[in-house]
Amino acid sequence: MRLETPEFDTVLYHRPESLEDYPLHLCPGCGHGIVHRLIAEVVDELGIRERAVCVASIGCMVNSYHYFKFDGLESAHGRAPAVATAIKRCHPHLVPFTYQGDGDLAAIGTAEIVHACARGENFTTIFVNNAIYGMTGGQMAPTTLLGMYSTSTTGGREPARSGYPIRVCEMLSALDGPAYIARESVHKPSAVRKAKQAIKLAFRTQLAGLGMSLVEVLSPCPVNWRLEPVDAMKWLAEHMLPQYPLGEYKVIEAVAALKKETDHA
Amino acid sequence: MTEKTLMAGNIAIAEGAILAGCQAYFGYPITPQNEILEHLSKRMPGDGRVFLQTESELAAINMVYGAAAAGCRAMTSTSSPGFSLEQEGISYMAGAELPAVIVNVMRGGPGLGNIGGAQGDYFQSTRGGGHGDYRLINLAPASVQEMMDFTMLAFELADKYRNPVVVLADGFLGQVMEPIVRRPPVTELPDKPWAITGARGRAKNVINSFEMNPADFPPRVRLLFQKYEAICQNEVRFESLELSDATLVIVAYGSVSRSAVTAVKMARREGIPVGLFRPTTVYPFPYKALTELARHADNFLVAELSFGQLIDDVRLAVGHDKRVALVNRYGGVPLHADEILAAIKEMISQPVGR
Amino acid sequence: MVTLVVAAYPKTSYIVIDEEKCKGCHLCIAACPNGVIGQASHINRMGYIPATVIREKAEECTGCTVCAIMCPDTVISVYRHDRVSTHSAP
Repeated sequence: MRLETPEFDTVLYHRPESLEDYPLHLCPGCGHGIVHRLIAEVVDELGIRERAVCVASIGCMVNSYHYFKFDGLESAHGRAPAVATAIKRCHPHLVPFTYQGDGDLAAIGTAEIVHACARGENFTTIFVNNAIYGMTGGQMAPTTLLGMYSTSTTGGREPARSGYPIRVCEMLSALDGPAYIARESVHKPSAVRKAKQAIKLAFRTQLAGLGMSLVEVLSPCPVNWRLEPVDAMKWLAEHMLPQYPLGEYKVIEAVAALKKETDHA
Repeated sequence: MTEKTLMAGNIAIAEGAILAGCQAYFGYPITPQNEILEHLSKRMPGDGRVFLQTESELAAINMVYGAAAAGCRAMTSTSSPGFSLEQEGISYMAGAELPAVIVNVMRGGPGLGNIGGAQGDYFQSTRGGGHGDYRLINLAPASVQEMMDFTMLAFELADKYRNPVVVLADGFLGQVMEPIVRRPPVTELPDKPWAITGARGRAKNVINSFEMNPADFPPRVRLLFQKYEAICQNEVRFESLELSDATLVIVAYGSVSRSAVTAVKMARREGIPVGLFRPTTVYPFPYKALTELARHADNFLVAELSFGQLIDDVRLAVGHDKRVALVNRYGGVPLHADEILAAIKEMISQPVGR
Repeated sequence: MVTLVVAAYPKTSYIVIDEEKCKGCHLCIAACPNGVIGQASHINRMGYIPATVIREKAEECTGCTVCAIMCPDTVISVYRHDRVSTHSAP
């Protein structure tokens, strides 16, 4: 049911066209909801709703193809980059993007994301890092911080037993294939705006056929961090930003040029 | 045109795929089927076809999933250890009702095993192999010609039933070279309105095998099983050799059935009424045909390159009041005609009855 | 049926919160620079206490859309009166 707008008012903000009016099954205050909305806004602004393909993965965002108003499909845990590789190569005019969490991308799917980047596949990955396994109830993820509680590191993560958190952007930007890699966050409005710009530039990188684009988005998981949503955002700023510094990690020249166009346009 | 050429089994599979209009191939090197990957790396690229050597069989099968979801005819080829890595992806494709062709050039197992031909993946392949309730059509070639023909048939059946299809070959068939007639290429590919092609001028398409609410999933599984019933009804295939008066029936598929043909000739020369029953689909298995044979044949000798897997299906078909014996090799070693002949003689020398 | 609280006042901007879909996460409440949004006094169909526009503070909405930016469930829309409306406050 669309929200009626008194006809004589201008709309300053309204649900993006590409986002279904479908209740999200996500927990209150979950960052995935914000990231879904940003993707839909970018797809609208770039006018690619009829070419976009959501390659969902397994995790809290397993239902994301229900939330977008364009083609979508599910892929096995960790394999979204392989599925997207095939879709892009079979139908180069489509605009597939994988939507993955830290368990999906940095644990079981590490080989797939590394090789998709190494091949410079021309699709976009949106990687939401909330440092925990959300859907399965809060276990340690590859990006869980040292000392951080999880249901499988109840005394806090210790490197001796559970190793060190993986900095994905830094790791992948060492490869030649990626054209654009950035890490952003949704912990406050200005950060959300930057995240949207990065997501938009990533899609534009794909549209220009410049190679692999990946945006890591730091996101809260209030339920499994055992924090109120507002406090979870503060915790993210305090604890995750130092471990996962925000910013652009790989911007090839052609993408930098693309970026300039937006600044002037 | 019946252009006859000499070709290796693996190459016949690769050419069969191209003739069937395969639009996307993803593979990973594993002996004894590397030639398929190598051949297609030269033949596939060009006019919009996709070829990719992947980082693993896991990636390969999920790329096949993506290409199939995009409405393309897609294939991967592997050998037993790789086939095991592909089971999850195959289960997803069955659940999402995606058509695709998976070639398994079986080799000695379990574990790393060796690179000799074998048939130890029979249970895995004919009973589903991955998690959940699903089955796969399994075509079992026994000659280089059938390697080509069954690969083409696999694509046709995959699209007809929107289900993955396995071409169940083995290392001997992959490497052997024989004369072969090149089939005419397929020109008409089926229309796939359900595919991921971009929601342009239509509602969006979603391809998945997941229902958050458990109550919503059983109807989807029931749909799959109605499909398998239709497959069992319509797609059973087998070959017979001198069965009309046979009192001893050899049951064998794939490369070992060739040794059985020689054994039948040798036995017939010695006046022993022996025939060969060769399933060319091992799912759907030809139970009915075997049951009918059991009316006039009392001895069933199962020849296979495994510890005894096909034999279970033969027992299911002919029941307990028939004698069913096994003559086999396993682990990558071939079974020869004279070994089968010895088993025939040993079987008929025992008195009739239990 | 979606119940709407239209905080339409003759001031320039206002927001509309779909209170039946709000999960009461308070991110918009924390984000609003002028404290225009607060907790409602009822529970919605999903069992959450939704966010709502505080009647007395409504006029201080500047249309900055920060609340909508932070909303994970896209339940907030933001509008601006172009012309001073003639109808009185509801």
